[in-house]
Amino acid sequence: MSLALQTFSTVKDANAALQASGTRYLGGGTLVVRGANEGDVSVSSLVRVTEPSLSAITVSGGRVQLGASVTMAAIARHPDLAAVAPAARAVGGPAIRNMATVGGNLFAPAPYGDFAVALLALDATVTAGTGETPIEAFLAGRDDSRAIVTAVGFSLPKADSFRFLKVSRVKPKGISVLSIAALLQRAADGTVTSARIALGCMADRPMRAKTAEKALLGCKLTSEEIAPALAAVGEGIAPITDPIASAWYRAEVLPVHLGRLLLS
Amino acid sequence: MAKVPVQFTLNGSEKAEFIESGTTLLHALRDKIGDTSPKGGCHQGTCGACSVIIDGELKLSCLTLAETCNGADIRTTAGLAEAGVLHPLQRAFLDAFATQCGFCTPGVIMAAKVLLDRTPNPSREDVVEALSGNICRCTGYEPIIQAVLAAARANSQNAA
Ligand SMILES: Cc1cc2nc3c(=O)[nH]c(=O)nc-3n(C[C@H](O)[C@H](O)[C@H](O)COP(=O)(O)OP(=O)(O)OC[C@H]3O[C@@H](n4cnc5c(N)ncnc54)[C@H](O)[C@@H]3O)c2cc1C
Ligand code: FES
Ligand code: FES
Repeated sequence: MSLALQTFSTVKDANAALQASGTRYLGGGTLVVRGANEGDVSVSSLVRVTEPSLSAITVSGGRVQLGASVTMAAIARHPDLAAVAPAARAVGGPAIRNMATVGGNLFAPAPYGDFAVALLALDATVTAGTGETPIEAFLAGRDDSRAIVTAVGFSLPKADSFRFLKVSRVKPKGISVLSIAALLQRAADGTVTSARIALGCMADRPMRAKTAEKALLGCKLTSEEIAPALAAVGEGIAPITDPIASAWYRAEVLPVHLGRLLLS
Repeated sequence: MAKVPVQFTLNGSEKAEFIESGTTLLHALRDKIGDTSPKGGCHQGTCGACSVIIDGELKLSCLTLAETCNGADIRTTAGLAEAGVLHPLQRAFLDAFATQCGFCTPGVIMAAKVLLDRTPNPSREDVVEALSGNICRCTGYEPIIQAVLAAARANSQNAA
């Protein structure tokens, strides 16, 4: 393996170095070092940043800011992040969770990116370079992104408004057949007043289920009332096929699992 | 390829080496430093045979670049026995026939050690979760789970 690692103390210097061709950012390394071990020669050089702010978790006034180097393990054990901990805990086994970062998860191709699915449902913003980008736009343009992601931010959901489900065949740490995150606001009588649903493994990256979201508005979470949303959830999906599941299988079981998540 | 200096503590001893930039910790430990207790199984993060403890956290040495460990405290299975006396986990693995070919064992023991350091009286589910990143092709897992639970019981009896 011929990889050279450059370590910088500031994001600014690392961003400049990242512009060289064949250079990638090193987060936890669970994908990029794995790629190098596998013989991916497209990356010849890695850069990383030791700035402590990248590993900071801030929860204040209902807003959460996660530095890009924050690991899944740190999220899973943070006392104020219980609402999103299930999504962090869904990523890999214990050693992977100790290494996998929030920043890296945004770039993980399907079947990975379980935490990014949660962030998409939470309408997170991604800070990279000079500004903040809504996560949906960030994910759409991630292949061309050449700036280091420094943080993600989102409003901490109330525990009963956020739901996350990862479906895998090997328990407890198998790779996703699919994952679903839902942020639902409901009126006092249980009627859904707003819905954001994000899906993992239904495209090469996390995507919204916008037709299903619309179909849920005004519904109560009963099997009769959610039926139109379940019928619509497959609209616009292009699931991946991999050794875990075929695209056909993923599309078939998606409404079943969305139903379980909504009725849970 | 440029050589870079790397310094860390390995099982309580200071180590300083010049390594090629981009060398994995697994490679540095086995081929430079001579600690062959972490095993290279998949080099993909899936088997857990290369698991080591870095600053108290379980990590995969095949996916960790050695240069990122400057100043770190690294523990491997080779450092567990003290003065020739096996660590209670090692003893329990032998007693419970939890090791056959033994290839996965160093990684499994490091994963179990982190668990017992934090959760001295784990449930069976805790053990299964803690070992979920470690693949064993031989034992069928049950003897391993029993060994970890037995080591936990032995520890709590010693503490009592
Ligand atoms: C055995 C195994 C099991 C896994 N299981 C899961 C799972 O269940 N769910 C899941 O979601 N993922 C899983 N993964 C994938 C991976 O561990 C996670 O997606 C992780 O969050 C990736 O983060 P990282 O920091 O390790 O990424 P890295 O490998 O460091 O980086 C990945 C990519 O993102 C870029 N990048 C990283 N950080 C930044 C940044 N701050 N700014 C700009 N670019 C950046 C890198 O340049 C690289 O291109 C698994 C991986 C392995 C090896
Ligand atoms: S060799 Fe590191 S996980 Fe298999
Ligand atoms: S004892 Fe042979 S792989 Fe586990």
